[in-house]
Amino acid sequence: MTAPVADAAAVRTEHLRKTFGPLVAVDSLDLEVRRGEVFGLLGPNGSGKTTTIRMLCGLIEPTSGSAMVAGFDVTRQPELVKQHIGYMSQKYGLYDDLTVVENIRFYATVYGLHGAARAKRIDEMLDDLHLRERASQRAGTLSGGWKQRLALATATAHEPPVLFLDEPTAGVDPASRREFWTRIHALAAAGTTILVTTHYMDEAAQCGRLGFLSRGHLIAIGTPEDVVKQFGKTTIEDVFVELQNRDEKR
Amino acid sequence: MKSAFWPMLWKEFIQMRRDPFTLAMMIGIPAIQLMLFGYAIRMEVRHVPMVVMDESHTAESRELVDVMRNTGNFDVAGVVTSREELRISIESGKAHAALVIPPNYLGQLKRGRGAQAQLIVDAADPLSATAAINGAALAATATSLSLTEMSGGHVQPLEVRVRPWYNPDLKSSTFIVPGIIGVLLAMMLILITSMAIVRERERGTLEQLVVTPIGKTSLMLGKIVPFIVVGYVQMTVVLVLGKLLFDIPMRGSLLLLYVLTMAYIVANLALGLLVSTVTKTQVQAMQLSFFLIMPNILLSGFMFPRDAMPVPAQWLGAALPLTYYLTILRGVLLKGIGMAQLWPETLALCGFAVGLILLSVVRFTKTVG
Repeated sequence: MTAPVADAAAVRTEHLRKTFGPLVAVDSLDLEVRRGEVFGLLGPNGSGKTTTIRMLCGLIEPTSGSAMVAGFDVTRQPELVKQHIGYMSQKYGLYDDLTVVENIRFYATVYGLHGAARAKRIDEMLDDLHLRERASQRAGTLSGGWKQRLALATATAHEPPVLFLDEPTAGVDPASRREFWTRIHALAAAGTTILVTTHYMDEAAQCGRLGFLSRGHLIAIGTPEDVVKQFGKTTIEDVFVELQNRDEKR
Repeated sequence: MKSAFWPMLWKEFIQMRRDPFTLAMMIGIPAIQLMLFGYAIRMEVRHVPMVVMDESHTAESRELVDVMRNTGNFDVAGVVTSREELRISIESGKAHAALVIPPNYLGQLKRGRGAQAQLIVDAADPLSATAAINGAALAATATSLSLTEMSGGHVQPLEVRVRPWYNPDLKSSTFIVPGIIGVLLAMMLILITSMAIVRERERGTLEQLVVTPIGKTSLMLGKIVPFIVVGYVQMTVVLVLGKLLFDIPMRGSLLLLYVLTMAYIVANLALGLLVSTVTKTQVQAMQLSFFLIMPNILLSGFMFPRDAMPVPAQWLGAALPLTYYLTILRGVLLKGIGMAQLWPETLALCGFAVGLILLSVVRFTKTVG
């Protein structure tokens, strides 16, 4: 296996650009996410958050520019990137007609786990995410919060060093969201780098650093406190609304 | 990459087992189709309902009616007494034919100058009309022969003996049932494959799989291989039921048939895969699948002989894998022939299989990002 390029950044993009026909979804994006950091990507709908994450996961190819994830180049070493990332989207990507444990086992196997190692890992996740009592329930019959937990389990079955979460808490109740974030912080504390998009400002406040995207451009970056100060506002939500207003005026 | 194929396969079979509707479709549809096509499609028309307008009222005229009925092509649906009544019974659909025996029928017979009776046929449906006309000709020949004999004349009619090979009873089911295997496989494989893949796209699981290191080949093979098994199960269901219910002959090598079927299955799976790459929802996939299946039923020679089609329709038929597979099915089952005769069809099928799978793999790889 090719060794990853030694780099302090878990994710690094340079002049990353993606166009769909005449539409520029992401334009000359320079982003750096450090190892073990929880990085929040904020921006109105259509600002390029999802497109950015999809490029970093190797789901779509950048039009130009480059991106390194977990030390691998997304365009030149996509297979290596895929082995070192986890991805969870708001669709969750669960099989409704498989049970909880079957979903975990399936994704664990796809990520190359076998035998005793796989059994141990499945056990661990059932305990960590408190999924054991529901292990033999079909995923399709779970409520939103449980589905979200299961989706996190399937995305992290292989203990990826980098985790991408695309609006993972959309449409989930507050208790589940809080629980989810506790889990995110635990993963980060254990060394996982997390890049998350969200529309919830309380979640944004829990990120180590934030990046604001507008029309495909990164227009602000820093800790939640920095960003609030930078724009002379009192809350992140104010910053967000201000940015969205500017966005719409252009 | 090779190891990632097995979890896909495992998952597909679990999903298949848990989806009662799909499972019912897989086993139930072959049985239902066999019944529908096998019992309902009758190319040979018998028992055309006929009304009789007998103005002669003689023993000879009644005898003619009996002879007509004895051909098996006619059932006497009633007696009418006027032209008006006759017209009404044909217009209303009560009768599809009417036999008119004129008042002077006996007189003509006795004078020995050839008697005339009239058969009016509702020819809107050419198949039953043909049956009626054939039946009438048969009856006329039989009657005149017996009359000539009775009058002491010498009979030396020309006789053509027809020997119907492969299907001596001329049963439609013998012709139709083997073809059902081909139609069914096309229908199920194109439809189920395309819908199964589009479902993964709709649910977001396809995207989830693509971010794993699974590899597109494993992904596709895992998706496709279960349906090869399904195809063979369906084929076996039709063969067994066809033997039990319709006594379909199996004169050739079944092993050869199963081997050649592989090329046909692969060609149709590839079509299903292609459908999945150009559709976004399961509904679209279903519609496009049916659009592809229609010409298979109409132009392949499954029901209607291709010899009877205009040349452009024959070309269209030649572009369908089913056309070649039908020749193989009927050749192996009914005629008992093998590769020595069937190599051109085999070659064509293999061409379809390789061409379509290459095309669909390229398209599929592009659309999953």
